[in-house]
Amino acid sequence: MSEQLGLMPAQTVGPYLHIGLRWPDGPYVVPEGTPGACWIRGRIVDGTGTPVVDAMVESWQADPDGRFDHPDDPRGARPPALEGFRGFGRSETDGQGWYRLLTVKPGSLPEPDGGTEAPHLTLSVFGRGLLHRLVTRLYFPDEPAANAADPVLCSVDADRRDTLLASPASDGFRFDIHLQGDHETVFFAV
Amino acid sequence: MTTQDTRASGGLVLPRYRRDDVETHPSLLSPGYKSTVARAPRHPLIYLPQRLTEVTGPLLGEGRLGALDHDLTRQHDGEPQGQRIIVHGRVRDGDGRPVPRTLVEIWQANAAGRYRDARDTWPAPLDPHFEGVGRALTDDQGRYRFITVQPGAYPWRNHDNAWRPAHIHFSLFGRAFTQRLVTQMYFPGDPLFFQDPIFNSVRDPKARERMIARYDHATTAPEWALAYEFDIVLRGRESTPFEDEDDDE
Repeated sequence: MSEQLGLMPAQTVGPYLHIGLRWPDGPYVVPEGTPGACWIRGRIVDGTGTPVVDAMVESWQADPDGRFDHPDDPRGARPPALEGFRGFGRSETDGQGWYRLLTVKPGSLPEPDGGTEAPHLTLSVFGRGLLHRLVTRLYFPDEPAANAADPVLCSVDADRRDTLLASPASDGFRFDIHLQGDHETVFFAV
Repeated sequence: MTTQDTRASGGLVLPRYRRDDVETHPSLLSPGYKSTVARAPRHPLIYLPQRLTEVTGPLLGEGRLGALDHDLTRQHDGEPQGQRIIVHGRVRDGDGRPVPRTLVEIWQANAAGRYRDARDTWPAPLDPHFEGVGRALTDDQGRYRFITVQPGAYPWRNHDNAWRPAHIHFSLFGRAFTQRLVTQMYFPGDPLFFQDPIFNSVRDPKARERMIARYDHATTAPEWALAYEFDIVLRGRESTPFEDEDDDE
């Protein structure tokens, strides 16, 4: 094993993260008007139940075919069939702690060992008081069979699994993120 | 099961990224930094094996950059107040490989220590010629370069007479979701390190030192700007199961 260089430690984004990280098109994983597009909205709350108004969520996901336009997808990088699909979204929270992302549901993904991962988004949460990003996953409520077979969901204690499940909303899905408390969201070490 | 079997069964061979050493990053719960108390999760993080979603990531290119995004001193008609500095460095992974064509975003306070934000109420002057925002892409060797001004220190009420050491926020994507990193660049010799719980949330003194830029006299611009070098190392890859084997059999 070769000598590893020392890694750069993480630090908080602080309260003014939106100065540098706000993109006008940040929340748009797909452009408005994309067929099948849905809004994912959610509130971030802390351990006291207070909305976190100075946080940011970033999302990353496969396209509806379950592919990534990335050279490390071993099936080969493939531009998405969906016009304007970026795979990546970024939303700061508003004055009430809400973030929002306009996207399309990703496809299922093949697993290295031959299994299948249910459609999901991976999310990073950044904010004041978070010295390192928090990583979680969002799964869809209308995929009960795929979710039941998903290896990541299955690795989580049954009584906490629902924290990774979005709920239906009028124009898409809702996914709240609890940093602490009785319903603390499951966060992952990647 | 051998690796050959994995491949024969149609399995995917994914790159894998080394897990970060536990001493590298700060503890999420660092009570000296008060905002962590109600925000750090109380359950331990759950180990997530890296799969397709984690070993890929957004590859954001030139489309995210404006012509002067790398030069924070030329984004307005007039020049900002303060000491001009060149900040440059290399982005590499833990194995020393450059991370090319990756987006680097920075934001910072102005020379007086104030952010351009309505919520920053510290009564230091705002500079009409300074936004405090920059973006750049690394080149093929992983190098980036910004021109900006030396940010000021500022008080922040975390504890009695609390002051943040001067710093520039850095955001990096790397090549994969596993490499995403947000950090802060500090300046050498800052007398405020001892009392800053954010800087000191990194327990390993060597890891803390990596967040301090190096004064780089060779890169200064005579009669114009000082210079600092800030190299950033993102996590490296594990060798794949096939890399060290004779794969021709």
